[in-house]
Amino acid sequence: MSGSEQIKKYVIVGNGVAGTACIEGIRSTDKTGKITVVAEETHAAYCRPLISYYLEQKTDVCRMQYRDPGFYERNGVDVLYGRRAIHIRSDVKELELDDGTVLPYDALCIAAGSSPFVPPFEGLDSVGRKFSFMTLDDALSLEKALTPSTRVLIVGAGLIGLKCAEGILGRVASVTVCDLADRVLSSILDAECASVMQKNLEDNGISFMLGDSAARFDGNTAIMKSGRTVEFDVLVLAVGVRANTSLIKDIGGEVNRGIVVNSRMETSVPGIYAAGDCTEGNDVSSGARKVIAILPNAYFQGHTAGTVMAGGSESLENAIPMNSIGFFGVHAMTAGSYTGEMHEEKTESCLKRLFTEDNILKGFIIIGSGAAAFRGAGTMTALIRSRAPLSGVDLELLMHSGGAAALDGGERRKIFGGVV
Amino acid sequence: MKRVYVNEEWCLGCRLCEYNCAFANSGLTDMVEALRGKPVFPRIHVETVSAEGKEGQRTIPISCRHCTDPMCIKSCIAGAISRVNGVVSIDKNKCVGCFTCMLVCPYGALAPDGDGVMQKCELCVKNACGTPACVAGCPNRAIVFEERGD
Repeated sequence: MSGSEQIKKYVIVGNGVAGTACIEGIRSTDKTGKITVVAEETHAAYCRPLISYYLEQKTDVCRMQYRDPGFYERNGVDVLYGRRAIHIRSDVKELELDDGTVLPYDALCIAAGSSPFVPPFEGLDSVGRKFSFMTLDDALSLEKALTPSTRVLIVGAGLIGLKCAEGILGRVASVTVCDLADRVLSSILDAECASVMQKNLEDNGISFMLGDSAARFDGNTAIMKSGRTVEFDVLVLAVGVRANTSLIKDIGGEVNRGIVVNSRMETSVPGIYAAGDCTEGNDVSSGARKVIAILPNAYFQGHTAGTVMAGGSESLENAIPMNSIGFFGVHAMTAGSYTGEMHEEKTESCLKRLFTEDNILKGFIIIGSGAAAFRGAGTMTALIRSRAPLSGVDLELLMHSGGAAALDGGERRKIFGGVV
Repeated sequence: MKRVYVNEEWCLGCRLCEYNCAFANSGLTDMVEALRGKPVFPRIHVETVSAEGKEGQRTIPISCRHCTDPMCIKSCIAGAISRVNGVVSIDKNKCVGCFTCMLVCPYGALAPDGDGVMQKCELCVKNACGTPACVAGCPNRAIVFEERGD
């Protein structure tokens, strides 16, 4: 940037992975602009998915930091901790905070994440110890409520509820997980794969009440829809999450289930971008618009937003849902959409399902113990994202964990013989 | 920067690269002591390649490309992967073994060590070799360490 140009003012709402990636995107293009981050949480960016590993004592608060201690200073970032953005004055390009501060901006990025969705359960107020499981502070306060004699009821058998269950199992007397869905991880696993994972979780000591959920609460008792009752000491609510869209919705910007963004992370409001779990983007594996609330996507989107905000060129054209999640040594990897023809491989230690349609890989599910079953997964993910025709790809070899070795010779030589 | 490149036509499938890699990263000075009777977790893997025209089984050693836009760095849920002087490096102290990097690496370059923590080729910059042991020990020059563009 030449000296005569004005220093650009960037404001980022949210200090998670998308916000951090936005900083890195801006700095990849503009080394001098002023960056201000509005952080509702009072922590430097940390690895949110690690809160269950924290409770499992596989990491600690120090190692959970997403970036090194010098990150903000080195990047010239001013972080306003404990502050909440309450209103965007988009006509004059100013952001109003809860303490009356007004931040002028040239480019604004909303990376506000999502919030736990708590259904209006009857009697929830009568429950003494209840927690969500979204933030480091949630994990720290849940930890204080746990003793070796604690009975825990978790409402929600999705990614958040089950990682919480795994994280605390060794520290409490019992963990029961209930969900209205008839299977675990219903957002990413089909029925058969879900039953493999459920058995693994049960073998390790977690109890389930599926196809049933809490109807109401009375103190330490949950009365289920089926009429059964569950006694508990600690309740964890992991029913679902809602994208934090209100800043954009309130000024008439386009919002569906998330803030609508294009491939450059522009919202419908000029000068305002959005990234991460609060957005709704395009899933190229299905062609559908959806909230893809996963950490890699938060980074990709945040980096794209930052780069574009700073006048650089970047776009995200190949987002897909994808997950890698493990419980007690059994991993499940999933990506894309489960449509088209299914190709299956079953062994003692793993179950693989690949889905192809119109000579394109659409999605896969791999579930198993050990790492060998997953060696080819990254190549499969890349094929889903690129939508490259499978001609030349040795599908059988890919299935048998060949990874990039299964690609056609020309592609392989390009990858292993040159700079990629 | 210098990277490891593969001339796959020259790969004999002998797997010496795997053993030299595991030895180089063992921290030990005696290869027999480092490898004999132990499970080996190398950071380079010899894979069977697609049999074009079925001319017989061929193999290719696969390790990190130290690519220009590493998906593993952007996707790591623990912030454990970063680029240090061009080398894509993993902080094993931060890794929690979630396998997300395996899910996103298009080349299949990452795998866990014996303890479930991820490891990858770091061009032997963190061990006593200082230059890739797989290359030094390849009997047919199927893997080389050199500058090619960028």
